[in-house]
Amino acid sequence: MSKVIKLRKGLNIRIAGGAEKIFIKPNQAEYFAIKPTDFHGLTPKMLVKEGELVKAGTALFHDKNTPEILFTSPVSGTVKEIIRGERRQILEVIIKADIEHEYELFTHGDPKNLSKDQVIENLLKSGLWPLIIQRPYGIVANPNDTPKSIFISAFDSAPLAPDLDFTIQDDAKEFQIGINALSKLTSGKIHLNINAEFNPSKVFINTEGVQLNSIIGPHPAGNVGVQIHHIDPINKGDVVWTLNPQDVVAIGRLFSKGIYDASRIVALTGSEVKERRYYKVMIGSQVTELIKNNLEQENVRIISGNVLTGTQISEKGFLGFHDTQLTVIPEGNHYEFLGWALPGMNKFSASKTFFSSLFPKKEYKLDTNYNGAERAFVMTGQYEKVVPMDILPQHLVKAIMVEDIDKMEQLGIYEVIEEDLALCEYVCTSKIEVQKILRNGLNLMKKEMS
Amino acid sequence: MDFLRKYLDKIKPNFEEGGKFSKLRSTFDAFETFLFVPNKVTNRGAHVRDSIDLKRTMSIVVISLIPALLFGIWNVGFQHFRAIGETVGFWEMSWFGFLKVFPIIVVSYVSGLGVEFIFAQIRKHEVNEGFLVSGMLIPMIMPVDVPLWMVAVATIFAVIIGKEVFGGTGMNIFNPALLARAFIFFAYPSKMSGDFVWISGLSDTSTKVVDGFSGATPLALAAQNQFEKIPSLMEMFIGTIPGSIGETSKLAILIGAAILIITGIASLRIMLSAIVGAVLMILTFNLVGANQYMMVSPLQQLMMGGFLFGVVFMATDPVSSTQTATGKIIYGFLIGVMSMLIRVVNPAYPEGMMLAILLLNSFAPLIDYYVVQANVNRRLKRTAK
Repeated sequence: MSKVIKLRKGLNIRIAGGAEKIFIKPNQAEYFAIKPTDFHGLTPKMLVKEGELVKAGTALFHDKNTPEILFTSPVSGTVKEIIRGERRQILEVIIKADIEHEYELFTHGDPKNLSKDQVIENLLKSGLWPLIIQRPYGIVANPNDTPKSIFISAFDSAPLAPDLDFTIQDDAKEFQIGINALSKLTSGKIHLNINAEFNPSKVFINTEGVQLNSIIGPHPAGNVGVQIHHIDPINKGDVVWTLNPQDVVAIGRLFSKGIYDASRIVALTGSEVKERRYYKVMIGSQVTELIKNNLEQENVRIISGNVLTGTQISEKGFLGFHDTQLTVIPEGNHYEFLGWALPGMNKFSASKTFFSSLFPKKEYKLDTNYNGAERAFVMTGQYEKVVPMDILPQHLVKAIMVEDIDKMEQLGIYEVIEEDLALCEYVCTSKIEVQKILRNGLNLMKKEMS
Repeated sequence: MDFLRKYLDKIKPNFEEGGKFSKLRSTFDAFETFLFVPNKVTNRGAHVRDSIDLKRTMSIVVISLIPALLFGIWNVGFQHFRAIGETVGFWEMSWFGFLKVFPIIVVSYVSGLGVEFIFAQIRKHEVNEGFLVSGMLIPMIMPVDVPLWMVAVATIFAVIIGKEVFGGTGMNIFNPALLARAFIFFAYPSKMSGDFVWISGLSDTSTKVVDGFSGATPLALAAQNQFEKIPSLMEMFIGTIPGSIGETSKLAILIGAAILIITGIASLRIMLSAIVGAVLMILTFNLVGANQYMMVSPLQQLMMGGFLFGVVFMATDPVSSTQTATGKIIYGFLIGVMSMLIRVVNPAYPEGMMLAILLLNSFAPLIDYYVVQANVNRRLKRTAK
């Protein structure tokens, strides 16, 4: 094992509502959905019509620009509805699930004995390929590229994030098979980055064919972007692929069983959830079953993902394709009399301007209030404190605002996606929408480079 | 506070687009958000946001200014009665000072905020909180006998030329409060320098002054080579000396500095590097020792004039200072060096701090440019490896 990478910058938001380490297998959801909006820069082209029967693994749509990348149904059932938004943009493809699942059959066998092309084809056909995310830009990987390395973060440091050691403890075999498959895809190394703060799971330590790296520090130390920056940084023209551990397990199951088994463990978190546990569900599950009779109150925000980067969904919404966490927090749609002037015993802040900073252990019930309004940049040095990379986030954001392509490239836009700068948005005194600005910049960059 | 909220909700439509008072929308918005943190919720990106906002930030700075302001008010009375040789009680001195200082504060806020509100309305912006601090700083760096109309003109000049022409708070190059002071300093030098402006009543020839009393500030005395008349270190530390309203008490300024440092609002980097820069410069002077001024010890130099006030409250202005961490060290250091250089070597300006900060304000973007370029070069080097 190589040396421990110690990160000092960052911030653990002390939000209340972590999940207890108990597995629950809830009733299977009635509806499932695959949302093209979970993938940046995707132009979906439908392959099925409403009312058609599908099996688990049947292709629903593909990317217009790279037609070989298929997006498949996680369950067997009937295509119930294709929901479209403005300009007929496809938002959700909803499947009504069967009680008993039928599976499309794919190649199975130890990936060690398969060629690179066979591995790629199997991943593409089964619909598991979109689990692989490419840096730069944070888009679905291009099967024609060969990445210089593959990165897997074995811990999630985001607020209330699931304990990944816990979620994959029984999947050692599949994890190894998944790694074997991935090792066919890169000419470089597969980096598996573990948290040095705890004794990591045996599953990770005993995995063969990976380089283990230890990292320690507050969020975003668990973000794969930060890890890449310190281990094998992305320069202009480089391509690196990233995956979550559960996705590696899903790939392992494909090669061991020959089916698309979309099951996944999701942590139900947030102060407004009564039973905060780990639930065994499937990709794209409707969340109704999980939150029914399980919420403290009605005025809540349901987030697929964590509070920093997740997507807002309704109580009838669906889990995002990559999400392993569901968070429910109170909405903040209330006025507060002289709220900015109060001593603030109950207000968490990364700054030390509230008396709450005298209680460093307390956890807070955070809501979705803006706590202010957007202003021009005034404070400086705030962003730098929460980005443990040799990057000047404020200058990068400004370069994007003025659409200066050269500056964006020079200041390291290839190394970050939204999640890496999400904390900047959280701490910002001027309430600048950093993630949205960064995505605009990434889209612009991608357009410019292609 | 429900009744207030209900009342605001009732009159709000009048101020919205098409309402009776839509021209006062920014004004209404400013007062509404002052009273209530809005109910606006996040709709994309991070779902939770930090509790801090610009109002909180600015009010912390204002709080940190209060010790120096209160002391300044008392000191105005103290200096006045000492000059005319009367002995009066604490409250009488404070009341006298309050009557002198409060109008300046009111004029500064009214004229500055007036401009801010007008510009916010024209630009259809929300009113930015930046002036809450500037409006307090301006009175504190004025001599007590400054005519009120001058304060108004200087404030309006500083807000329009110093801030709004660049796009408002956050875009300005120079510290607006210092710009207001510089405006009076150069436009009406007789009201901003000399030995008579620092104590209330002294510039009025009919005032009967105690024989032999001089209203000169320590810096003026030093510039005139009257080192024997400079008050003791303790007096200068406590602040019972003539000077601009808020700058005299180093103790009160240090209390303010502690508040800013503990809350993390102002940059400790800038403060420390400025002091290091100043001390190094003074020590260099001590070594050269060409005249008596150069022989003044570092401690005494730091206690004189507005150096400390400038370091704590002016140089740390996040907008007009450098933005990068390394840049802040260079920026602060050069402010320290320049302030002492101007103070000791240039006899035309007894106080170097104002000009040192304004000078470095103009160099801040350049310093940042090189720091950013260094970051870019590190990234490029990585590829070369």
